[in-house]
Amino acid sequence: MDDSKQGLTPLLAVSGVTLQYKTQHHLVTATYRVSFDVALADRFVLLGPSGCGKSTILKAVGGYMAPTEGTIKLKGQSIRKPGPDRVMVFQEFDQLLPWKTVKKNVMFALQSSGKLSGKAAEEKAMESIAKVNLSKFAGSYPHTLSGGMKQRVAIARSLAMEADILLMDEPFAALDALTRHRMQDELLQLWQDTRFTMLFVTHSIPEAVRIGNRILLLSPHPGQVMAELNSSGADESDPATGRKLSERIHAMLFADEIEPSGAVP
Amino acid sequence: MTDASIAAAVPPFRPEFVRHGALAKEFGIVEKPLNMWERLYNNGAVRKTVLLLLLTALWEGYARHLNNALLVPTFSETFMAFIEAIGSGELPGKAANSVRLLLQGYALGLGLAFLLTALAMLTRIGNDLLETFTSMFNPLPAIALLPLALIWFGLGDKSIIFVLIHSVLWAVALNAHSGFRAVSTTLRMVGRNYGLTGLPFIIKILIPAAFPSILTGLKIGWAFAWRTLIAAELVFGASSGKGGLGWFIYEAKNTLDIPSVFAGLFTVILIGLIVENLIFRNVEAATVRRWGMQS
Repeated sequence: MDDSKQGLTPLLAVSGVTLQYKTQHHLVTATYRVSFDVALADRFVLLGPSGCGKSTILKAVGGYMAPTEGTIKLKGQSIRKPGPDRVMVFQEFDQLLPWKTVKKNVMFALQSSGKLSGKAAEEKAMESIAKVNLSKFAGSYPHTLSGGMKQRVAIARSLAMEADILLMDEPFAALDALTRHRMQDELLQLWQDTRFTMLFVTHSIPEAVRIGNRILLLSPHPGQVMAELNSSGADESDPATGRKLSERIHAMLFADEIEPSGAVP
Repeated sequence: MTDASIAAAVPPFRPEFVRHGALAKEFGIVEKPLNMWERLYNNGAVRKTVLLLLLTALWEGYARHLNNALLVPTFSETFMAFIEAIGSGELPGKAANSVRLLLQGYALGLGLAFLLTALAMLTRIGNDLLETFTSMFNPLPAIALLPLALIWFGLGDKSIIFVLIHSVLWAVALNAHSGFRAVSTTLRMVGRNYGLTGLPFIIKILIPAAFPSILTGLKIGWAFAWRTLIAAELVFGASSGKGGLGWFIYEAKNTLDIPSVFAGLFTVILIGLIVENLIFRNVEAATVRRWGMQS
């Protein structure tokens, strides 16, 4: 794939998006006039502390809620409802259908969306399951798998769909540190192989630095864009200031807590 | 503590060591099959059979002690009456009549429950309708509608089926509905993500996800229907000259054939046990247990 030419036109354009939702007693503004563009083959990370509305943005891109202001466009088309062109991977392990085996879970996605059926769906599913190294478990039910394996099935299911964009809502947050690290590596390897576009939500700075090539920093209550940074994945030091990317991000996110003490020049 | 004693509180140095696991033969028992007695005791069916045998022995002993076949016939008398009634074809015929009616009412009740709950999931007014209906009719014993049903549909199968539907519908609808509402947001979002809406969404996501509650509803509905049927047949079983188990019991009581009354009751219990242990248990094992949704 030649991404030097296509990389410039945004695949996903989020412009001036304000998101509000109602709770029992309040109208909560989750994000205020957030804008960003995701290019083809981007590993675009939304990073911010809890309450910055990053998951809400992902839901809006997924089509589960409509913005009160602004537009979200995928390939120039406004997003109105959930659809198989934007596949979500959730944090929760129960995103797999417990009544279907690993293979059937992946096939379900292909069949329900009308993408493939019958033998073709089965082959595609097995191919995708092989990519996440779970071929041996194709006939297993989700409850017999570990947390990491369940998330790999969810990733296999989303990869099989060959969607325009993968929406990942803290997919590794519920895993133990070792598994999380391995899953991050595997995800990057999968990206190397297939070059999908993904929008990845996380609250972990190291994860954002590792996973993303571009990181959008959001401030909390309500979420507003603070910065958009590039990441090489290696957490390199900025030649000008000598500070690592993760340190810069940390300083920006926790500026309120650091500045009064006068520690930052 | 003084400064000197704090400085002195250094953990002692201990040498490191690395151990390799002992050989399996040194453990003695690693895995040993349970003995015959332990295995039998672990089998629920065996334990229950033993209990049943004990109860039967108690019954037989008490009945012999009482020596009054009009009040409590002995187990052997009941068993003979049971065999005789089966041999004459009367009991199987009546049981078949009952079960046929029951299945009709059950199936219709399930169909209506599906329609009502589907409507409730798709529209808000359907939801209100279901909630109002269930709160109105669920506490109402189905058998209380029998007099009305007799006026509307006359003496016959239709009246019984009407009360059967009533006994099944609300129990199943209530359980299915609460099961649907307990389906996790994530699963719902997954379903919608792959383009499922409306009826396909209900059939492919909500029903399997809520299957544990639906199964409970099916069981409760079955039990309610069975009770209602026998009660209704006791009131009038002679419809269309056939009648069911309830009527068999009623007739036997009228002729003071108490062992046959017991045999009739025994059949009711037997059919209940068969349905619970053969049908529902297997459905459970093939679905919710297999899926890890119920232990």
